[in-house]
Amino acid sequence: MNLTLKIWRQKDAQSKGKMVDYKVTEISEHMSFLEMMDVLNEQLINTGEEPVAFDHDCREGICGMCSMYINGEAHGPDRGVTTCQLHMRMFKDGDTITIEPFRAKAFPVLKDLVVDRGAFDRIQHAGGYISVNTSGNTQDANAIPISKHAADEAMDAATCIGCGACVASCKNSSAMLFVGAKVSQYALLPQGQVEATDRVKNMVAQMDLEGFGNCTNTGACEVECPKGISLENIARMNREFLSANIKG
Amino acid sequence: MSGFFKSSIGRKYAMALSALFLMFFLLQHFAINILSVFSPNAFNEASHFMGTFWAVQYLLQPVLIFGVMYHFIMGFILEFKNRQARVVKYAKNNGAANSSWMSRNMIYSGLAILGFLVLHFIDFWLPEINTKYIQGDMSGLLADGEGFRYYEELTHKFVNPLRVGAYVLAFVFLSLHLMHGFSSAFQSSGVSSMRKQKLQAFGKAYAIIIPLGFIFIALFHHFNH
Ligand code: HEM
Ligand code: SF4
Ligand code: FES
Repeated sequence: MNLTLKIWRQKDAQSKGKMVDYKVTEISEHMSFLEMMDVLNEQLINTGEEPVAFDHDCREGICGMCSMYINGEAHGPDRGVTTCQLHMRMFKDGDTITIEPFRAKAFPVLKDLVVDRGAFDRIQHAGGYISVNTSGNTQDANAIPISKHAADEAMDAATCIGCGACVASCKNSSAMLFVGAKVSQYALLPQGQVEATDRVKNMVAQMDLEGFGNCTNTGACEVECPKGISLENIARMNREFLSANIKG
Repeated sequence: MSGFFKSSIGRKYAMALSALFLMFFLLQHFAINILSVFSPNAFNEASHFMGTFWAVQYLLQPVLIFGVMYHFIMGFILEFKNRQARVVKYAKNNGAANSSWMSRNMIYSGLAILGFLVLHFIDFWLPEINTKYIQGDMSGLLADGEGFRYYEELTHKFVNPLRVGAYVLAFVFLSLHLMHGFSSAFQSSGVSSMRKQKLQAFGKAYAIIIPLGFIFIALFHHFNH
């Protein structure tokens, strides 16, 4: 198929960017969206132009690197997929596709479609971990009884790949789905209890510091999340935060 | 708890609390107003009680005024801050693909309600304060002393079709506000989804029945007097 692409081009973090139109031809419907971008970039390199910078790594939907806001949605129109798993069969011959970087004050654009999601790392560093003694006497995690229900829910929360689609989709650029998932994956397990109070307080404080907006429960994040992270994780984080503040 | 209300989540709790209070108030307000359809007497009695009982006037009324002000001022602040969290807007954004119109436009439905509240204050609250606390007439009686004035005043207000139209429109916006707001308030308060599913149906019913009831009262008095 033949497509018109409207792509955000921005030289570096300081420059003002703009939308630029490109044409690509003979795109196979079996290609992934990133492969289509590869075709465009090859074309640009052959004509001596600067290729479009975009993030990617695993190309199998597990690393969370690929981003892009495609036709007004994070990771494009398909559900439960990242951009690397988005197939060109979701589009029609002759379509015009708008491609923008994830937008949020806390995710500054570095170049073209590449944004800095370091804010997520800093939130993780603020409390998204447990402290374990690794001196050689480390207790086997399987020795600790955990209910199937809690284990399943913790695993669901832990499938968050930190891609940032939730922030990009949210009208408020809120990071609460991500932080809710990261708080929940520990809050549900016995190993997470010891540091629970500090964890939620510190992670929320860091989230606020990074300049993310505040959740108004539109639910856009849950719909656009490639891993189906549930809004329930935000409700759980709110409960954890309230009880942590009551405990002092 | 010191930093709690400065944090994003603390503010969500406060917002939800003020909204839950407003929804409870709305229910009580509706219960009294609907009496006017069935029994002018009962409506008069209830209005006189609410208008003169000290606990309502000096405790609940200030709490209500604070609650409303807090809610819409925090609503404005939230909206303002949230807009600042995205400096460069998307060239193309398909909000309808992932969220309801109501959830994305709380500030506009809220503004419509605020406009209505101003009109409503001028219509009912200011004259009440004037009669009771400036002229000092706490009797609740008509000028000729023949019975209570509340029902008369109410029906009088719904003669003008423009005012009735404004009221009806405002309640449509209230319904839209609550369609999202009801479940949102519970989600903000951290109520788990298991319990929320039952609440969801109740919330939808509340968001439709209460505003529709108010519309019915306005139209009833417009066409019957
Ligand atoms: C009787 C009047 C009102 C009722 C019953 C009401 C009810 C609600 C409810 C239940 C919520 C959801 C709370 C939450 O998500 O935590 C809400 C949110 C909101 N309200 Fe109102 N509201 C009223 C008036 C107003 C007014 C006058 C404004 C003025 C602008 C307003 C602006 C907002 C905004 C912006 C939100 C979204 C904030 C958020 O979801 O966190 N509301 N309202
Ligand atoms: S919650 Fe979903 S959308 Fe948000 S970062 Fe995690 S995987 Fe991505
Ligand atoms: S490139 Fe790893 S998730 Fe898409």
